Amino acid sequence: MAIYELPQWAALGPALLLAATALMLFLFDSISPRSTNRSLLAGTAAAGSLASLAVAVWFTAAGVGTPTAEGGRGVIDPTHGFVVDQLALYFMIVVAIVTALIVVASYDYLVDHAYQAEYYSLVILAATGMSLMAAADSLVTIFIALELASLPSYALVAILKDNRGSVEAGLKYFLIGALSSAIFVYGISLVYGATGHLELSAIAEVITDGEADPYGGLLGLGLLMLIGGVAFKTASVPFHFWAPEAYEGAPAPISAFLSSASKAAGFVIAFRIFTEAFPLGEIGAVIGFDWTVAFIVLAIVTMTLGNFAAATQDNVKRMLAYSSIGHAGYALIGLAGLTVDGGELVMGAAMMHLLVYGFMNTGAFLFVALAEHWGVGRTFEDYNGLSAQAPVACAAMAVFLFSLAGIPPFGGFFSKYFLFVGAIEAAAANMAMLVVAAALVVNSALSLYYYSRLVKALWIEEPPATRDRLAQPTGIYAAIVVAAVMTIVILPGFGPVVDAAIGAAEAVVG
Amino acid sequence: MMIEALIAVALVGALVTFVAPNRVAGKLAFAISLVPVALSLWLFTAFDGSGNALLDGTLAFESHYEWIQLGEYTISWFVGLDGISLPLVVLTTILTSLAIMSSWTPIDERESQFYGLVLFIEASLIGVFAALDFFLWFIFWEAVLIPMYLLIGIWGGPRRKYAAIKFFVYTNVASLLMFGAFIALVFGLGDAVTSFALPEVTDAMLNGGPEGFFGLEGTTLASVVFVALFIGFAVKVPVVPFHTWLPDAHVEAPTPASVLLAGVLLKMGTYALLRFNFTMFPDQVEAYAVPIAAIAVISVIYGAMLALAQTDLKRIVAYSSVSSMGYVILGLIAYTQFGVGGATFQMVSHGLISGLMFMAVGVIYNATHTRLVTDMSGIADRMPVAVGILVAGAFGYMGLPLMSGFAAEYFIFFGAFGADFAYAPLFTGLAMFGIVLVAGYLLFALQRTVFGPYRLETDYEVSRAPLHDLAPMFVLLGLIIALGVAPDLIFEMITDAVDPILEGGDL
Repeated sequence: MAIYELPQWAALGPALLLAATALMLFLFDSISPRSTNRSLLAGTAAAGSLASLAVAVWFTAAGVGTPTAEGGRGVIDPTHGFVVDQLALYFMIVVAIVTALIVVASYDYLVDHAYQAEYYSLVILAATGMSLMAAADSLVTIFIALELASLPSYALVAILKDNRGSVEAGLKYFLIGALSSAIFVYGISLVYGATGHLELSAIAEVITDGEADPYGGLLGLGLLMLIGGVAFKTASVPFHFWAPEAYEGAPAPISAFLSSASKAAGFVIAFRIFTEAFPLGEIGAVIGFDWTVAFIVLAIVTMTLGNFAAATQDNVKRMLAYSSIGHAGYALIGLAGLTVDGGELVMGAAMMHLLVYGFMNTGAFLFVALAEHWGVGRTFEDYNGLSAQAPVACAAMAVFLFSLAGIPPFGGFFSKYFLFVGAIEAAAANMAMLVVAAALVVNSALSLYYYSRLVKALWIEEPPATRDRLAQPTGIYAAIVVAAVMTIVILPGFGPVVDAAIGAAEAVVG
Repeated sequence: MMIEALIAVALVGALVTFVAPNRVAGKLAFAISLVPVALSLWLFTAFDGSGNALLDGTLAFESHYEWIQLGEYTISWFVGLDGISLPLVVLTTILTSLAIMSSWTPIDERESQFYGLVLFIEASLIGVFAALDFFLWFIFWEAVLIPMYLLIGIWGGPRRKYAAIKFFVYTNVASLLMFGAFIALVFGLGDAVTSFALPEVTDAMLNGGPEGFFGLEGTTLASVVFVALFIGFAVKVPVVPFHTWLPDAHVEAPTPASVLLAGVLLKMGTYALLRFNFTMFPDQVEAYAVPIAAIAVISVIYGAMLALAQTDLKRIVAYSSVSSMGYVILGLIAYTQFGVGGATFQMVSHGLISGLMFMAVGVIYNATHTRLVTDMSGIADRMPVAVGILVAGAFGYMGLPLMSGFAAEYFIFFGAFGADFAYAPLFTGLAMFGIVLVAGYLLFALQRTVFGPYRLETDYEVSRAPLHDLAPMFVLLGLIIALGVAPDLIFEMITDAVDPILEGGDL
């Protein structure tokens, strides 16, 4: 096939395409700085993210990253510090999907907004960073990709300059982000000090050879700090508290972007760092504890905190923000459930959950974007009876919410079930995982309460007497409907998703 | 591929109806729903299966594709029909069409959404009865809940929000319990199963049973799972003491939703009991026969007594369902050919009769805007045809010979008298007393409302019901009489599928 003729660096195509799109948007902006040609700008951004998606899917289908023994083309090492394997491509797909959805939705959201070109180029730049995070396999490239994703995000949260909430959220997000970046980079320096390497595989080698044994404490501290950095990016405990503020203050499409794509990107670096650089068992011997212990605690605390806090919210966006923390807790099970013998099932399940989450959570936040576009208000009561005027969007929202709660027949049911099975399977080696599985069930049951509360508001409560006709903005509607259809269609189509996720996890864990 | 076609027609029909304009939605949905009726009747005539679907029987219209491979377990798209599920599929398609027609009068807002949801329920119900893989089955099972929750919540009566939430919470908690129990069972079976296909699980249960799971012994696990599944399904049926959601849901639900709820949704519970508890756990059925028979008899008597105490016509019919479902449980626990066969027959028969009763009460309500027995009398004077059908349906409930209710109850009592468990004749005798109560509350209610001098407390002009309200009731009445005169129309295929269960699976 043609892919053989492509140079090695082309394996980073999905990320490079995003970078090229971002540059193109800058070019537009420099030629015509005051341009508000929304179609051109949004169209370029959407085309770029769709191209990135298509290339990532094509590479996956062509067998890039799949071990050669299974008929694939093996892992490709495009350039120093990066690796393109199944894991990388899987998350590039997730990032590209979410980016495409929110760019399309932003077309309507940004009507009369002054900084069109800036907005789109920042979004695409952040997406480039996330896409590169998926492929980075050295602590330096990981950190650079992380910053490339973070810096545009800070600006995007604060882009509604006349809105106090937005600016405040942006500042908070930036301060906590800067703090966690500092912690992360300090962790990197400690790990470097203990092992003398930045490349993940080289770090693992040093640990396995026992050369890091004298620096166990140093390494352990560094590892905890890396966990802190990851926790910030994935919005999990202990660096979760920026999320509700940032998501609430940010423009809703950006909330969707941060809570879906940015979270997924945070997870891919977590998966990669901990499985590749710090092999379970050996690392336990060096630093005195296995990092799965930390993730078990974090998973339980994160999902419980997120869900309980979500249950008490009156503001829909805040509810979704806390629920997003809860879902980070679910995905952490993918790390908590790893054992010396593997655990591709549980990690694969977490990856599947992040993909499904990319559709259902993005869709839910985009519905909030639609409600903001309508100007109906922010609380549950303000959403009362919207279904009478906008049945299609509300049906889609019901799909998202039930899927987030993990009720069949939607995609969220399968990924949560697989997480549960994975946790139970891991419990054979580590009884603490039983507690995690129980926490998952209890939290899912609790989450049904607040998700169905919103469904009830939308569908069952009476609409207020005075509400203007609701517009039907094409872009947001299209994005919401596509996300809803995918949340359902992914259920019959789960076979290939399972294969891709488990395969990717197996390659990293096994 | 016929079952897929059946589900697909209903599903696509649901989507089309959902976005169709309100004023044509009712007619459109009815026209669409005729396709599944025709298809399912064709399935009925072309049925070539034999034996029980879970016990190596020959499946009709089977299709089996691998769907997901996860760890050691395969999840498949696996559907097929046997003599138990086919009559229920036909019941579903016919009742849905009739329920749609009976909604033309009462449903006057957001019609397209209403009919879309009804067709969506139909698709899910067909899936529940046809699915033979646990996962697939569970997805359809749960897919019924959400649209029903919305039907009650949006188009229901004054206390609809409470009723809808109660329905949703009760049935969801029950589903969670049942789901967890079954998954534990499959894990407990260990290497004996490699998929969630129900026939495979049944086979493993009958030949060896579970090895144990997280510290539970194999036999203990089987008992725990049996009880958990029983409770999970009992909520759906419902039996006393899990029945309290039912009257609320029924009273608040719009008529067509009540028809589907009583006619088919309750049968999901008894169907699942038959498929899971009574097919996979013969030892536990024997061990727990007496308590289950006691629950059945209590449901029959207590349900009837509750009905006796009501003054709302719809509540009376709703509680009578609790009573009738008690008969089904009694027939199942009898574990004889006539008992289990009669229980299955009663599922179909009760679906038709309760559907008819809810429609008749609905037609009266459409005209009078009240359902309180004390608010009216002599309705027969103004609505002779509708009242005539109501009375005929009531006699079907009471078990008038040559109507399907008689055949069903006769089979059940005949089967239960000869059952093996302790005090079977005593339990049966007590349950038979329920017939007297049924006659009591129905005749008492009818006498006060439809006979006597005409009087109505509400300010409405009562005139004859429109033809499209009466037509579905005539169809149901015809079916009830047909099954009463010739039960073998379906009883033959039912017993053919039931016999292997009683023989413990070895044919």
